[in-house]
Amino acid sequence: MDGNLNALTTVFTEFYYWVTVVFMFLIHVGFCMYEVGASRRRNHMHTLMKNVMVIPLVTVTFYFFGWWIYWAFPMFPFFGGLDLEAGAANLPWAETMGPNAADRITGVFWAAFLLFSWTAASIVSGSVIERIRSSALWVHAVLIGSVWWIIDAAWGWHYGGWMVKYLGYHDAYASGVIHAIAGGYALGVIMVLGPRIGKFASDGTPRDIPPHNPWMLTIGVFLIYTGFWGFYAACNVPIISPEGIDGQITGTTWTATNIYLAPTSLSGITFNFLMSLSGGLMAAYVMSRGDAFWTFSGGLAGVITASAGNDLYHPVQAMLIAAVGVVIVYKLHFWVERKFKLDDAVGAVAVHGYSGVVGLIISGFVLWGVPSSPYEGYAAINPIGQILGAVIMFFVLGFLPGYIVAKLQASAGVLRIPEEVELEGLDYAEHHAYEEAKQEIIEADKAHLASKIAPAE
Amino acid sequence: MSTIGYESWAVDLADVGAIYPFQGSEVLMVILGVAFWIGWHRIQFVREAEHLENAKKRAIDHERIQESVERY
Repeated sequence: MDGNLNALTTVFTEFYYWVTVVFMFLIHVGFCMYEVGASRRRNHMHTLMKNVMVIPLVTVTFYFFGWWIYWAFPMFPFFGGLDLEAGAANLPWAETMGPNAADRITGVFWAAFLLFSWTAASIVSGSVIERIRSSALWVHAVLIGSVWWIIDAAWGWHYGGWMVKYLGYHDAYASGVIHAIAGGYALGVIMVLGPRIGKFASDGTPRDIPPHNPWMLTIGVFLIYTGFWGFYAACNVPIISPEGIDGQITGTTWTATNIYLAPTSLSGITFNFLMSLSGGLMAAYVMSRGDAFWTFSGGLAGVITASAGNDLYHPVQAMLIAAVGVVIVYKLHFWVERKFKLDDAVGAVAVHGYSGVVGLIISGFVLWGVPSSPYEGYAAINPIGQILGAVIMFFVLGFLPGYIVAKLQASAGVLRIPEEVELEGLDYAEHHAYEEAKQEIIEADKAHLASKIAPAE
Repeated sequence: MSTIGYESWAVDLADVGAIYPFQGSEVLMVILGVAFWIGWHRIQFVREAEHLENAKKRAIDHERIQESVERY
């Protein structure tokens, strides 16, 4: 680090990303609470463990190969080979992948992306609760968290990605690269997995399976909102000079940028995060007639819909786009549920997948002609590029892999739990062990009382 | 054509101000936003009135009310 200003900027950036990672941890806490709150009492512990173990499994695989994919795949395989030079510094055996006095950014940047990976996997985890085998879900978690989403990030969320360069793809806060892909993946899995027993009446009418603990669910969503602040900040570069960007920007004015190194500000995205959250909550309240579950989820869906362009939207645009998105997503969820008899236990396909797709498409029109990058030769943002981007995210990299892998698991008999276990509950073994342990300690205490302590006179 | 007024980032950021789409339409956007907000109150008022009217009709059954009171 040459010079005090450079040192200060580097250490500030290092600390900035570190803080975002801590905030984003709350997203996973929120997802865990939400899933447990939505599940029935007999499935608590398995539902929790299923999502908690996403953390280590995605973390180690993201260290081993996920992070390398991001740097090596921006043009691969359609517009060039693997970028082995950029990838080399991000291989698990590289010197920069550990404490290194000459590199202060790789670890915190890796962790910021890793937390996005947990989110992608956790979105899938919620939609499949109470009937998937944990072993099957954990394979999906590794695939979505350390392979598929990070390929889409290399293509559409890297300043040199081919989707950015040739399609003008723009997705500042991950409507597509996290939410559409994870929602599409979840849809592929639940199509094969099938609904929970009792979800549909014999005439095909869907039944509501109410959450066992709506308060836990509420706190879960609010923790996700809180973590989302960290997520938004993590998608920015907090401070960089024009020469640091090395693009077309002239002059000497430093700026914050989005992930594509194009100018934005923390102030602007703060306006837009809150206005899109509000638009989503208001629209969802009206659409669902005040249903708590859908109103809270609608807040999230609103933010996700506006996220593709929240680096540039005017706050009123963010609010209205969020509201429009929520109306579409809410209608689509119930139409798909009735038409295809799909059981999305927490509405993840709708809240993340459909919102992401709708958000990308809307942004293509509202941001039409806006430069997607500070570098020369990049396509401008446009509706066709955003629609193609939405198809790539939701269908090609999300739905297809989820569906194919789930089909393979189903044919091997390792996707779904047995019917008897589903009815008795996944926690039956823990329940029996708990009851036996309880009985044993009660008997032991009673025996001790009888033999050692004399009754009062 | 660019909705934010910049077709490339080959600019000196010292000379750049607003970068949101449709600059110059702020008042119109605010009018739309306010219409959304006021419309929301209107819908909510009407629906809540309907809901309470229905609830009042149900409340004629004293046994049901007593059950609710005891449930705390």
